[in-house]
Amino acid sequence: MSDQAVTVSYLRSKKKYPSVWCPGCSLGTIMGALLRAVDKLEIPRDDIVFASGIGCTGRMPVYTDFNTFHGTHGRALAFATGIKMAKPRLKVILAMGDGDSTAIGGNHFIHTCRRNLDLTAIVVNNNIYGMTGGQFSPTTPLNHFASTAPHGSIDPPFDICNLAQGTEATYVARTTSYHVRPMQKIIADAIAHKGFSVVEIMSHCYTTYGRRNGFKDPVEMMKQEKENAVTLKSYEKKKAEDASYELEPGQFLTGVFVNDKNRPEYSRVYADLSARLREEQ
Amino acid sequence: MTSQQVKKLPVRVYEEWCKGCNICVAFCPTQTLELSSHGKAIVAHPDKCTYCGLCERLCPDLAITVRPRPTKNEASTVDSKEADDGKK
Ligand code: SF4
Ligand code: SF4
Repeated sequence: MSDQAVTVSYLRSKKKYPSVWCPGCSLGTIMGALLRAVDKLEIPRDDIVFASGIGCTGRMPVYTDFNTFHGTHGRALAFATGIKMAKPRLKVILAMGDGDSTAIGGNHFIHTCRRNLDLTAIVVNNNIYGMTGGQFSPTTPLNHFASTAPHGSIDPPFDICNLAQGTEATYVARTTSYHVRPMQKIIADAIAHKGFSVVEIMSHCYTTYGRRNGFKDPVEMMKQEKENAVTLKSYEKKKAEDASYELEPGQFLTGVFVNDKNRPEYSRVYADLSARLREEQ
Repeated sequence: MTSQQVKKLPVRVYEEWCKGCNICVAFCPTQTLELSSHGKAIVAHPDKCTYCGLCERLCPDLAITVRPRPTKNEASTVDSKEADDGKK
């Protein structure tokens, strides 16, 4: 089967297509990579729960033929935690936007990282609240424009991967919507990882962000993702050659930053505790 | 173009799903694709296609498929293979 045919075979109903997403939106590309990653891992679709909150990214589970959960804004992780604790054998995957995961759901995000519950969070970072009308989000770069930042944002942005690392997620990686092949591989790795995994995908929203910030079209935004991504490997190599080497403004690192298989997974810890208490009774 | 000719193309675009975003056109390494006057991707230069599959993976709307790269002596068997694909 072609890549497209594999992807389409996971759609809930072809009638729902074309998607609601704007022309050139990266969400469809990301969903394709995710579906092919699941297919490669050969996980039965009934064993997967695909959950989301609100936002353009939150629409993703609507199209997919898994057990799906479309929750309230920012709370995808809270609901997913409940699902995973109740049925630890299920694979729980989440799609969240930047605002959804690090503003409204910021609290859930840091505590899920800390606990290391076996969930896979795909964080689509397009630097803006798209669906609600282009308000600036915690990842809107300084001095960039949004409907609520008509003179440029003055809020220093979050680096989502740093945030996940700082709160001790056990798998942390970043890629872009242009780099489809590495994206598919990283998502598969993250799903296979036993613990909380965060995959940040640098992506673009032309409609509410690009237009305001001088981009001509979605293609130009995707080109920038291609050009600004610096792999961790090449960064480390350059840094070893020249200690003063730094990323240029706008550039970002891609690759797997953390892959820690030693920290205990939370639902296991809970099951052990529960078994021990039963024995002691 | 007849449907027979369309079947022979290296790339197929599903017009109903294509939103004309231009991503496949811009990123195809060999400039095989173009946007038609009514805003849909078309396979303007089929002979240039290297079957790399990039357009298929990048298309946000799942609107493109790339046929498997034909082997050297496959030209004569392409049609029957496609007929099989059609049944699935
Ligand atoms: S990338 Fe897909 S939706 Fe965009 S123009 Fe090409 S075929 Fe159409
Ligand atoms: S398969 Fe590769 S070469 Fe052929 S049209 Fe698609 S991107 Fe271009």
